[in-house]
Amino acid sequence: MRSFSYEKATDPAAAAARAAEVEGAKFVAGGTNLLDLMKLEIETPVHLIDVNGLGLDRIGETEEGGLRIGTLVSNTALMADARVRRDYPVLTRAIAAGASGQLRNKATTGGNLLQRTRCPYFYDTAQPCNKRVPGSGCSALAEGGFSRQLGIIGTSDSCIATHPSDMAVAMRVLDATVETVTPAGMTRRIPLGEFHLLPGDTPERETALMPGELITAVTLPAPVGGVQRYHKARDRASYAFALVSVALIRQPDGSGRVALGGVAPRPWRSAEADAELPDGAHAVMARLLDGARPTEENAFKITLAERTLAAMLAEE
Amino acid sequence: MEFNQPAGENTLFDGGRVVGKPHRRVEGPLKVAGVAPYAYERHDVVAGQLYGYPLGAGIAHGRIRSIDAGAARAAPGVRAVVTALDIEPLDIWDYNVARLFGGDVVEHYHQAIAVVVAESFEQARAAAALIEVDYAPGDPADYDLDAAFRRLEGTGEPGTLVGDVEAAFRDAAAVVDQMYHTPSQSHMMMEPHASVVDWSDGGEMTVWTSNQMIAWNRQALATTFGIDPERIRVESPYVGGGFGGKLWLRADAVLAAIGSREVGAPVKLALPRPFMMNNTTHRSATVQRIRLAAGPDGKLKGIWHEAASHSLPGGRGENPTAQTPFFYGTETMRVQNHVVDMKLPESSDMRAPGEASGLMALEIAMDEMAEALGMDPVRFRIVNDTQVNPSNPEQPFSERHFVECLERGAEAFGWETRNTTPGGTRDGQWLVGHGVAGAFRGALLMPSGARAVLEGGRLVVETDMTDIGTGSYTILGQTAAEVMGLPMEAVEMRLANSAFPVSSGSGGQFGAASSTAGVYAACMALRERIAGHLGVEDPEFRDGRVIAGNTNMALAELEGQIEAVDSMEWGDFQSRYQMSTFGAHFVEVGVHAATGEVRVRRMLAVVDSGRILNPVTARSQLIGAMTMGVGAALSEEMALDTAKGMFANHDLAGYEVAVHADIPEQEVIFLDTLDGVASPLKAKGVGELGLCGVAAALANAVYNATGVRVRDYPVTLDKIIGGLPAI
Repeated sequence: MRSFSYEKATDPAAAAARAAEVEGAKFVAGGTNLLDLMKLEIETPVHLIDVNGLGLDRIGETEEGGLRIGTLVSNTALMADARVRRDYPVLTRAIAAGASGQLRNKATTGGNLLQRTRCPYFYDTAQPCNKRVPGSGCSALAEGGFSRQLGIIGTSDSCIATHPSDMAVAMRVLDATVETVTPAGMTRRIPLGEFHLLPGDTPERETALMPGELITAVTLPAPVGGVQRYHKARDRASYAFALVSVALIRQPDGSGRVALGGVAPRPWRSAEADAELPDGAHAVMARLLDGARPTEENAFKITLAERTLAAMLAEE
Repeated sequence: MEFNQPAGENTLFDGGRVVGKPHRRVEGPLKVAGVAPYAYERHDVVAGQLYGYPLGAGIAHGRIRSIDAGAARAAPGVRAVVTALDIEPLDIWDYNVARLFGGDVVEHYHQAIAVVVAESFEQARAAAALIEVDYAPGDPADYDLDAAFRRLEGTGEPGTLVGDVEAAFRDAAAVVDQMYHTPSQSHMMMEPHASVVDWSDGGEMTVWTSNQMIAWNRQALATTFGIDPERIRVESPYVGGGFGGKLWLRADAVLAAIGSREVGAPVKLALPRPFMMNNTTHRSATVQRIRLAAGPDGKLKGIWHEAASHSLPGGRGENPTAQTPFFYGTETMRVQNHVVDMKLPESSDMRAPGEASGLMALEIAMDEMAEALGMDPVRFRIVNDTQVNPSNPEQPFSERHFVECLERGAEAFGWETRNTTPGGTRDGQWLVGHGVAGAFRGALLMPSGARAVLEGGRLVVETDMTDIGTGSYTILGQTAAEVMGLPMEAVEMRLANSAFPVSSGSGGQFGAASSTAGVYAACMALRERIAGHLGVEDPEFRDGRVIAGNTNMALAELEGQIEAVDSMEWGDFQSRYQMSTFGAHFVEVGVHAATGEVRVRRMLAVVDSGRILNPVTARSQLIGAMTMGVGAALSEEMALDTAKGMFANHDLAGYEVAVHADIPEQEVIFLDTLDGVASPLKAKGVGELGLCGVAAALANAVYNATGVRVRDYPVTLDKIIGGLPAI
């Protein structure tokens, strides 16, 4: 690990200003991903701003009847919250499907959204990776590359990495909004669907956050009801990233929403695909995965996504 | 002592009060309290330890033009950097083929090419990242094992040839002819390879390490560095898993030794987790073609097994035909194994080398043949049992109770009540299936010695045997207590130190039978010493006392220290027998009808492996092996990047072993057969047998659940999903 300086932040706006001012600064909360990446020198911040003391660890109610989840609320606390379990069960189910108990105890809401991809080549500093070293090439897309876990849609010729979060997939289907404070002290609200960027030619740029901008909360709109499910298909029963995950909210009239994990650089959802839900899984996926560009190794994800959704729809 | 005739009935072990009885792991409390020191935690053994960190090659093969370690040497806390170009290529000891360090040739990805020694671990790691290497990569290499198999098929002399196989296939009532694939597998033991080495003065070398074979390790160090083994001391009292990955000297100890000599201080070094994939050894992938021919009565007329695996030049690869000459009776047989040179990390032994991969394929083929014949797969295996070595009918098995394993297992599992129609049982969203497979593994033995010292009624037994999580401390203590008539509490086992008599070590499931025999030999020698001391003949040792004629005294009353050293050597008579271990695995799986996710519901193993020395530690071996078999069946695969010549998944997130949630109810039945040919304790090993056949039982259960026959491991959902019913 390269040497770095460290400070504890006491005020969100001041923390954001400080992060913008110090070149190479990063926030640290649970550290479940950042510290691993620092050990491997994939992340090399020169200054860490510890945000754990900011008091943003509460779940409150919004004026609109939704929830405002402080960025430091742990995954464990969020999934266990009685309001979340009652009104947003897809979120509880998704978080429970992720990582392990120990990691969920440390991982925070904002940090979960900011975790980096698990593409194996991203982690091997001896190998080309456009996300890690822009312009160095994509090992996963290169001849002979290993891509079974990686993305099939929203990807580009420079990167096919997926965003690994389960929590974010549920938040996407719930129309969550990311709330931030900018270095200038302004509050900004970013719909989760616009929060993660597609890679294009710049896979190293992953979110809509500006330099220094700090996530302070994630808000959920008023509960939408319906039957809410999350199915994470994976090779082992626990502690594995999704091959495909499906978050589903289905209303009694057959309408609803669908978001996918494990297939794209961000939780994958579209209004057009949602509109197809009354016509079944095939119709939804024909829209949602239209334009998919899988590799030979991960083409099964298209079938898997459709069959997973079909089973969820048949479950009631 | 030489074991030169079968063990007959004896009161010592057949009427044992300690051996064969359940006994909790004696070092368990130390382990759960975190005070059993593993190699990297030996902070107290020598002062002034520095930290080493390795640099692995970033290419699969080629040469190193230059290494610039200037920035690393100037980095904070760095005491030394030694690169592969700074020293001559080190020698290579027996059994291994890849060079551990030195010279400009890169033979495989992550081969060690530099070591940094610094005052802290973080400083060493950071400095290693500053080393700049200029490579001259080799030409693109061929990593296509299937193509290699097609080229080699039918070439060379078969390893085993019995009768006219081709004729048998012509006349058969049913034939199976399929290709099977097993992927490369990593040992992925929890504790990585780690060592503390003190070679400060370049003279005496002390190595605190994590290794299965102390004497091999010492000799390998001596050969590697060209020094007298007498100058080397090796200790490895606790090992956090080995599975064959720690049979060998690895780069951790070599780099720590080089670093220690360079800086004149002890150095500790652990291999980072990614090194386990590409720096250390692994089990090779296999390609196997299996042909079976059977008559209308279900009797096998021919077994034709041909296979290929990969290795660096001169290596052994993985021989998946290992069990085939011995397992099933057949009129004819042709068995052939090919090892293909590939510029990949060194492939070598992993738990049940050969049989583990071979039975993954053969036991699917047996299931396919049973189906072709319309026979129950349990019955089909029973029909093809043999009591003599099928490739050498003059040679009987010492003991073989395979049929009893199948019958007991079928009864305990409720095999008869299963639905025999593939895809015929549904439980909600899950398709439920049942599978069976046979298990076979050789019962190897190695010479094994020990020293027994009695003083004040307490017995100390020293041997360089290791306990790699298997229970050696416990079963050896039980053996010593039994022979000396002492309670377990009066026995102290001291293991895994090269200052102690050479033992079998832990590997090839030879450890338990061999090392308990060695302790038996030493304790019997001690009994003779005591008898001589007291001037009595054939004394009895029980309840902490020695009794003969008018003599009846507590061992605690014997004056001074009485010591005996002996080892067990194995007589020629054993070659008259085929000694093996047997088992049967039964599993129930659920396959998600939509996604193809496979989840195990219950597992049962029935084991025929001689006397079970301790049912607690033996069961632990079995359920651990069954768990490993679940990983092998469903998720474990080293993902080969076929252009880069390296395994791309590199940690426990990318190389998926089974986790708790994957493992349901596991049941183990020990037949507790006694094999007097095998050892004085009539014992054989169980640690590798438990893995053999597990994966095939799962694959067969997946077939029964879904009707999808997967012959290409791991059995992941993408290979099943195309054959699942519409939703």
